[in-house]
This record gives sequence, C-alpha cells and structure tokens, in this order.
Amino acid sequence: MTAIRYDRAPGEQSTLTEEQGETASGRALVYTIGLALAVILTATSFWVANTSLLWAPGIPLGLAVLAIAQMGVHLVFFLHITTGPDNTNNVLALAFGVLVVFLVVAGSLWIMANLNDNMMPPPELMNLHMRH
Amino acid sequence: MNVAVAIHDIQRDALPSASEAGPAPKRIVVAYGFWIFLLSDIVMFSAPFAAYAVLVRATAGGPTGAQLFNQVSVAIETTCLLASSYTCGLMSLAVGSRRRAATYFFAVVTFVLGAAFLALEMREFADMIARGATPQRSAFLSSFFALVGCHGMHVAGGLIWLAVMMAQVALKGFRANVERRLFCFALFWHALDIIWVALFTVVYLMGALP
Repeated sequence: MTAIRYDRAPGEQSTLTEEQGETASGRALVYTIGLALAVILTATSFWVANTSLLWAPGIPLGLAVLAIAQMGVHLVFFLHITTGPDNTNNVLALAFGVLVVFLVVAGSLWIMANLNDNMMPPPELMNLHMRH
Repeated sequence: MNVAVAIHDIQRDALPSASEAGPAPKRIVVAYGFWIFLLSDIVMFSAPFAAYAVLVRATAGGPTGAQLFNQVSVAIETTCLLASSYTCGLMSLAVGSRRRAATYFFAVVTFVLGAAFLALEMREFADMIARGATPQRSAFLSSFFALVGCHGMHVAGGLIWLAVMMAQVALKGFRANVERRLFCFALFWHALDIIWVALFTVVYLMGALP
C-alpha cells in the first residue's frame, strides 16, 4: 500500500498492487474485453455501411454513434480512463480536447454549408435539377 | 477471513491527499504532459477531418470515394491496427512485470502489424495514383491524402519510436526513464488507433455512401 494517494497517470491501469487482488491475468483480461468489443463495433460499422436492409438516410448517424462508442471502448479498456477521483485531471483534459475538436469540425461544417446556401446563384439562373 | 477483514479496514481517508503530499512522481508528470500533447495532436487532426468533411463532395468531375475505396482492404488495415493496439497493451503489461522476452515478443508483433497496416495503405495510395486519382485531381482527393497521409505519417513515426525503444530496452534494460518512454509510446499507439476509428468511419464508410 502506498502511503500517498497521487492522481493516476493517463493510461495507467490500476494503482492496486498484487496483494490487493490485482492479478496479471485480470489486467490482460481488460485488454481482451476491449478488443472483443472493438471488433464487434467495427464489424457492425462495416455491415451498416454496406447493407441495404437499413433506412439509408439514417446510416451516417448510425455510423457516427458506432464510431463514438468504439472510441469510448478504446478510452476505457486501452487507455484506462475512469470516472474515479484520481482520474479527474485526465478526464478534464480529454473533455477540453473533445470540446475543441467538436467546435472545429461542427463549426466548419456549419459555416461551409451556410456559405454554400448563400453563395448559390439566384433562382432565375439556376437549372431545374439544381433545385434539390 | 481475518485477512479479508483487515484489508477492508484500511482507512483510506487517513492517507494524506495529493495536494499535501508535494509534487507528483516524475512518472505521473511525464505521462500527463504526454497526454496533453496527444490531445493537442487530436485537435490538430480535427482540422484535416473538418476539411475532408467539407470537401468530400467536391470531386470536380473526378473519381468519387465510392469508386476509389476498397472496403476489404480498409477492413484488413483496421484489423491490423486494432490487433497491434491490443498487443501494445500486452507489451505494457510485460514491461510492468519486467518480463523481457514477452516485451520483445509483443513489440515485434506490434511492429509487424503496424508495418502491415502501413504497407497496405501505401499500396492503396499507389493504386489510386496509378488510376489518376492524385492529390492534384480534386479538392476531395487533396483532403483525402492530407488526412489519411497525416495518420500514416504518425504510424510510421510510431514504428520508428518502437524500434528505438526496443534498442533502449536491449542496451539499457528497464530503467525508470526507459519505462516512462515505453509508457508514452503505448499512449501514442492507442491514441493513433482512436484516430483511425474516426478516420475509417468518416473517410471510408461515410465517404463511400451514395
């Protein structure tokens, strides 16, 4: 037992020692569970993208959900991010990174879609097939 | 029975909190600093992702994603990178318990899988360029090569890093600083896999939708 409780380093699996019930096979099992979940989610993504059974307009949203779920699986099982108090610093840094990524990607798509709409030639110049 | 009771009776609150304990060990500071770098790298990646998402339909009459992407090849690349992330995790465990032979074994497997990923990607790029789908052809292809190429460069850098780390393990052994570098490498490799998840979804799956 360490005498001091430090925050956990990002990616550090557990601060428990062998005497506290943490075994090597248990640590490997975490990676194996993560791999199994990631394989299932990846296979589902490829199936969703190639199937004709699903409602086509919903497929991009479904793919986005599957990808975000798989990134969560990687964070939890491979990078060992937890909600524990010794992980707060790591989670806060991650949350800020995710915020900036969201602003850059969603902001770019929003602005460029808006520009595309507003820079269209006036209706009298448009061909019929350009109206949707 | 008595032993189990004794473990549960440890008073966690009696321990000093991190703020009273003085500066954190170098291991934690280094890993946290590298975590900040990785997050800034992911923020950097968000720019090519945004460019690709905006330009994916700007094919300028050239080939589209649906015509160019080979999903079987992408599935094999994804499998290689996912498996190498797994073996990289097992390598971290081997480093943690100072098993030298297992460390080398999992490092070699990680390296081979990463190299296979890179070789498949190079073949895919060469195939596209041979069919006239060069970065100059359209805005869509410029952003495709920028984004996927940037990830491929990271993988290539990771492979060089892994080879250097194995040389350091062979020459210096599991010293504290070598162990910290191996720890950062594992973080880097897992982060690359996370970026690849976003990449194959946005580029290869969504980009090939009609």
